[in-house]
Amino acid sequence: MKKLFLLTLSLVVAAGVYAQVSVEFWHAMTGKNGEMVQSVCDKFNASQKDYKVVPVYKGSYSDTMNAGIAAFRAKQAPAIIQVYEVGTATMMAAKGAIKPVYQLMAENNAKFDPKVYIPTVTSYYSTSDGKMLSMPFNSSTAVMYYNKDAFRKAGLNPDKPPVTWPEFFDAARKLKASGMEGGFTTNWISWIQLENFSAWHNVPFGTKSNGFDGLDTELVFNSPLHVRHFENLYKLAKEGVFIYGGRENKANPLFISQRVGLHFESIGGYGSMKANCKFDFGVARLPYYPDVPGAPQNSIIGGASLWVFNGKSPAEYKAVTAFFTFISQPEIQAYWHQNTGYLPITNAAYELTKKQGYYKDNPGLEVAIGQLLNKPPTKNSMGIRFGNFNIIREIEDQVWEDILADKISVKDGLDRMVREGNAKLREFERLYK
Amino acid sequence: MAKQYEIKAKWLPYFLVLPQMIIVFIFFFWPSAQAILQSFYLQDPFGGKTIFVGLSNYIALFTNPDSDYLYSFTISIVFALSITFLSMTVSLFLAVQAHKKIKFTTFYKTMLTWPYAVATLVAGVIWLFMFNPNVGVIAWILKHRFGIPWDYLLNFQHAFILLTLAASWKQLAYNFVFFMAGLQSVPETLVEAAIIDGASSIRRFWQIIFGLLAPTTFYLLVMNLVFGFFETFPIVHGITAGGPGKSTSILVYKVWRDGVVNLDLGGSSAQSVILMILVIGLTVLQFRFIERRITY
Repeated sequence: MKKLFLLTLSLVVAAGVYAQVSVEFWHAMTGKNGEMVQSVCDKFNASQKDYKVVPVYKGSYSDTMNAGIAAFRAKQAPAIIQVYEVGTATMMAAKGAIKPVYQLMAENNAKFDPKVYIPTVTSYYSTSDGKMLSMPFNSSTAVMYYNKDAFRKAGLNPDKPPVTWPEFFDAARKLKASGMEGGFTTNWISWIQLENFSAWHNVPFGTKSNGFDGLDTELVFNSPLHVRHFENLYKLAKEGVFIYGGRENKANPLFISQRVGLHFESIGGYGSMKANCKFDFGVARLPYYPDVPGAPQNSIIGGASLWVFNGKSPAEYKAVTAFFTFISQPEIQAYWHQNTGYLPITNAAYELTKKQGYYKDNPGLEVAIGQLLNKPPTKNSMGIRFGNFNIIREIEDQVWEDILADKISVKDGLDRMVREGNAKLREFERLYK
Repeated sequence: MAKQYEIKAKWLPYFLVLPQMIIVFIFFFWPSAQAILQSFYLQDPFGGKTIFVGLSNYIALFTNPDSDYLYSFTISIVFALSITFLSMTVSLFLAVQAHKKIKFTTFYKTMLTWPYAVATLVAGVIWLFMFNPNVGVIAWILKHRFGIPWDYLLNFQHAFILLTLAASWKQLAYNFVFFMAGLQSVPETLVEAAIIDGASSIRRFWQIIFGLLAPTTFYLLVMNLVFGFFETFPIVHGITAGGPGKSTSILVYKVWRDGVVNLDLGGSSAQSVILMILVIGLTVLQFRFIERRITY
């Protein structure tokens, strides 16, 4: 009897020692990127045997976020959830629902130095005094793509892409004159032509450091510089040089099918461009207006970060901490960066990739990193943080289409975006004040 | 005479309807009550903070000039009417043609019934691929062969026409099946009698066949309006996403967008309560008229 008891006891203890802590990680990555999420988790699970991270695909970014919200309300939340950049303010404001990453790291005594991260990446997900709230995961930035073959045909230098907006518009007109259907198009009107545009020119997109310093922030992207830029875009649309391709990233086919020779898209789309473009293309920095003092500054990121839900057990938090430490290692970051096209989040991963000679074949990725690191971020270029930001971007999309369809003038249109957007910011402020 | 059984136990009928009532309660009454409740609040999506705002979610829909809710209402009605008219006339025409004694009728009937098996979202995507100004085949032909500057991304008329065509095509098969069944139940003798009386084929159609089809037509009218109003969400979602601007943001699309994507739970709940009232109204109407039947 005693023997049996001892045997049982030892089994229980052994089970306790080897019980693996398993945590769920909900994400929105599909295709190659989805495989890479799985692969990174597999590497983590194989690297040790105390913890297991289980990646679960939950649909689009908004589906994933909704699934997380519903699960949290039902007290079934996963430990880790991937949330797109527009959801950042909503996640931050949801006090009690999330556990800030800096706090998680401190509680678990993890070696955590925020300085090893690329500042423009971490600032987007940190408080204004530098406390990191979520773990940067897949980060990208907006760049210019140009068709080198079309440049040659139009008598432009394929090794000297336009640097300023006046040069850019000139090149676009020449491309159209050379026989293309149009000159240029763009994805993500808000993210590229307003948010990144503002950061790149070091002008505010909103007050209070673009929302970092308080909920009483207001949008201010109807300044003379913004109006001037949009009037230029509008004018070129009327000349047939700018072709509108749709919301989000729906303009890609115009560039891939060579109907335009210049395009703005996320660097995250670099891999797909390489796979689909049957011509020689290059990646260059965003253009700027040379008369704006301080331009170019640095561009801001897009993509998503990993948030940790509140109310998990200490063992689960240990698992999350170990996972975050693991994915921050230069080797893993470099692996992720090189296989997805998303930017590395640490300087060491960038240096490692450079040393491996990866950028020789993929110069576009280095252009994007250079653009992010161009200057240390200012309060206009740390990122943007606005509540209800999804609706605000939608308003911008809608009004931009109304501008192009001549339903509203450029100036009135930008004023309307700001007015409607501010009303949404006030709703958010009222709720979370 | 049929024998009637009397149930002795008082509780048995209640017990028998219980499963159904539980389902209705869980999937209809409970969410509806939640929606009504939420429509009076401004709410943090995580459920952390809620502020009672009274009717202001409703008032904002109708008085805020930026909300464009009344426009959304109008466009939804126009859209539903257009789909109903287009798909019913075309399917009636096709049904009458297929009803004639011609070769390959079975083949025609099968082909015409086919689109019914296509999911609404898939239907939207098929039309999207044909008409997308950047990649679509028909868009290309319109532009390069006919010189029509086809661009539904920025042109409201184009967007509206495309949505109406796609939705009507989707609904065509459903109408066709019902009209076909209706036509088959028209007594041959009546038509033959009319022929003997010397009525022309057009007159025979309008005065006899169309009259006898009235109950089917009325039923389809209601079903098509309901489809156009409430079930066209996937088509709008797949093709225009409410654009250009907000011009094709119909009620069911807007309610989803505001609630699920934009996380405005209060505003979205207020909209769904309004939709619920509409559905109740339509159902009452349908029952009153369809139950009575049309007499002729």
